[in-house]
Amino acid sequence: MQDNQMTSEEIVDRYFLEHRAKVLDIAAFLDRIDRSGSKEKDFRIIALLKCIDELQSGDENRTKRILELLSDHSIEPIDVASTKGASGAPPTS
Amino acid sequence: MSYIDPHIHMVSRTTDDYQRMAQAGCVAITEPAFWAGFDRSSSQGFFDYFRQLTDTEPKRAATYGIKHHCWLCINPKEAEDVGFAREVISIIPEFLDCPTVLGIGEIGLNKNSKNELIILEEQLALAESANQLVLVHTPHLEDKLKGTNLIMDAIDNTSLDPTRVLIDHVEEHTIKSVLDRGFWAGMTLYPDSKCTPQRAADCIEMYGTDRLWINSAGDWGPSDPLAVPKCRLELASRGHSEELINTISFGNPLDFLSKSGKFSIS
Repeated sequence: MQDNQMTSEEIVDRYFLEHRAKVLDIAAFLDRIDRSGSKEKDFRIIALLKCIDELQSGDENRTKRILELLSDHSIEPIDVASTKGASGAPPTS
Repeated sequence: MSYIDPHIHMVSRTTDDYQRMAQAGCVAITEPAFWAGFDRSSSQGFFDYFRQLTDTEPKRAATYGIKHHCWLCINPKEAEDVGFAREVISIIPEFLDCPTVLGIGEIGLNKNSKNELIILEEQLALAESANQLVLVHTPHLEDKLKGTNLIMDAIDNTSLDPTRVLIDHVEEHTIKSVLDRGFWAGMTLYPDSKCTPQRAADCIEMYGTDRLWINSAGDWGPSDPLAVPKCRLELASRGHSEELINTISFGNPLDFLSKSGKFSIS
């Protein structure tokens, strides 16, 4: 395992603005959906909001836990692949 | 410093990309057979594709001083029709003696279906019988965690040596189990899905460099053929040593690919 070569302050100095912009992008994305007038939340947005809750858990390994939140946890192969694409979140999230 | 991009789909890229990669220090690439963005209508389409991978692309790469090698298979996105997939598998052996073919890949799963799994197992059997290296594609997004586990279980049911199998497209939720089970792991650097160069650098800091490589998997979708040098720059800017950067982007791919007995950068 390699040590992180940067101090906490150096990490914040270097990456804060990039991630401030990403948070604003998420906020603008959700506002855009709200302005569309739809009352029903898409399963992907429900999953995204769960991920945002997870961000505030304060524990380590947020990335791994969020990827797991966005994963299909069934274990058996499906009968038939009726599509080739992936949606980014399991429909049951 | 030279680097190897061990997973990139140059049939989908322009000659300008070869030039820019060479200028950035790329000396060798390997190109797995993959889904072209549409389903091919016959196994003859794959025969032509394999000729492109074994004949045309090495010449195009050589123009820029880049050594080109490839992997052959039918990809999981075209494996749902088992009969069709078997036709394609039947034409692979005649290409395996080609001097630039390194093994079977990128095989794996896409939607984790029963038929995809059957074709994965049959291609693993081909790799076993022909003593080939294996390059594995793991599924996208929500299907990755389940698919990675199914793939590792399928490989464990063969006699294949896990140190001759690289499982690609790992992320934070799959990297540890892949390495713990003895396989090599690849991190693909994509702008929207898979790992960004920053997250790949994080994983290197958390898991080290043993049995791990980085690649761009540049193709016809959102992707960046210069992602490997960008990750090298990210590591350098964090203060990591030239030795570490060289290991992850040159030494490790050289070690794994050399197990084929065919890989060369000269």
